[in-house]
Amino acid sequence: MNAATGGTPLDLNAVGPGFSDPPLASQAVFRAALNAFARPGRIQRVASDAPHPSGAAPAAAALLLALLDPDCTLWLAPRLAHGSAAAWLRFHTGCRIVSELREAQFLWSDADQMPPFEHLPAGSEFEPETAATCLVQVEALGDTPGWRLQGPGIERTQPLTVRGLDATFLAQWRANHAAFPRGIDLLLCAGECVAGLPRTTCIEG
Amino acid sequence: MLQDDGIAAVLTAPSRQTWMRLLSRAPLQMLEAYLADLAGAQPRWLRRPESGLVMVQGRIGGNGERFNLGEVTVTRCALRTDPERVRCEHVGVAYVLGRSARHAELAATADALLQDPLSRARLPTDLLTRIAEGLAERQAAQDEKARATRVEFFTAARESVGEPTEPPPS
Repeated sequence: MNAATGGTPLDLNAVGPGFSDPPLASQAVFRAALNAFARPGRIQRVASDAPHPSGAAPAAAALLLALLDPDCTLWLAPRLAHGSAAAWLRFHTGCRIVSELREAQFLWSDADQMPPFEHLPAGSEFEPETAATCLVQVEALGDTPGWRLQGPGIERTQPLTVRGLDATFLAQWRANHAAFPRGIDLLLCAGECVAGLPRTTCIEG
Repeated sequence: MLQDDGIAAVLTAPSRQTWMRLLSRAPLQMLEAYLADLAGAQPRWLRRPESGLVMVQGRIGGNGERFNLGEVTVTRCALRTDPERVRCEHVGVAYVLGRSARHAELAATADALLQDPLSRARLPTDLLTRIAEGLAERQAAQDEKARATRVEFFTAARESVGEPTEPPPS
């Protein structure tokens, strides 16, 4: 299904550069990811000088560049899989691109191509850490009152507005939240902004 | 390895594999002399030179099991050439033994230029020949030195082959 799978040779001529200073840049991006999950719904800026592939939100591209390594598996939604993003990530991180959702540790998708949550690896009661981390590209993120988020990492409530998500999202998220300790974690990306939604977060719409 | 291919084959139609091997094994001074002004001050890095360890596997005899011989230091990089010096869209890649970032950079530059029929003309035509000859000479000198210390082992061969066996003592 995906154009680029593990064994195919890379066309290097289509691959762009990564971070200009990989150690410092990936540490800065990692810090943004850490903050995003520690403070659910609070919008973080991801600063990166890596030119992002076409169709990729700069924040999502930078996060994957920093988080992935050769032990990681990544599933790409069809639109991203057909662009240059797959080759770019394979070259710079060495990650393995998989076409089966249940093999994926990371998912990268536009909001409209996001597979249903129940098809994603949610971990098991004994190994909840094997659940997938999903990077979802949405149209816009804002902290004006919209959703009210509650849960660990939020003192009272955290406001968040997200444009571009499916109408079924809240129902899917409720099921995901209820399955704790199982469940997926989300990073919502728009432009250079990212907001984390760990499985512990409860959303009231 | 080099002798098997023969220098002649290297010269007529070098494959990318051939020239990448030659470039990675060439002495740095030679690459520096041929490529320094082409390499440019500002290559567009895809991957800056980085050193790491690679596990080398060995095998005793032609049919033995492979085993881990040990780790070697390898430096690799990938780049596009400086567009102000040379117009070449290909990505050059180099993996060289050791820790010389400069060697990797020069080898990758030459790899990028050799892939493009137009920019190949910018390289000295005898670059690969000279490297191949230099390596062959070095190998020959090494063989010569080793041969001086060669030891012939004489083992007492059985002399019973073809001769009638002695009757067992009665």
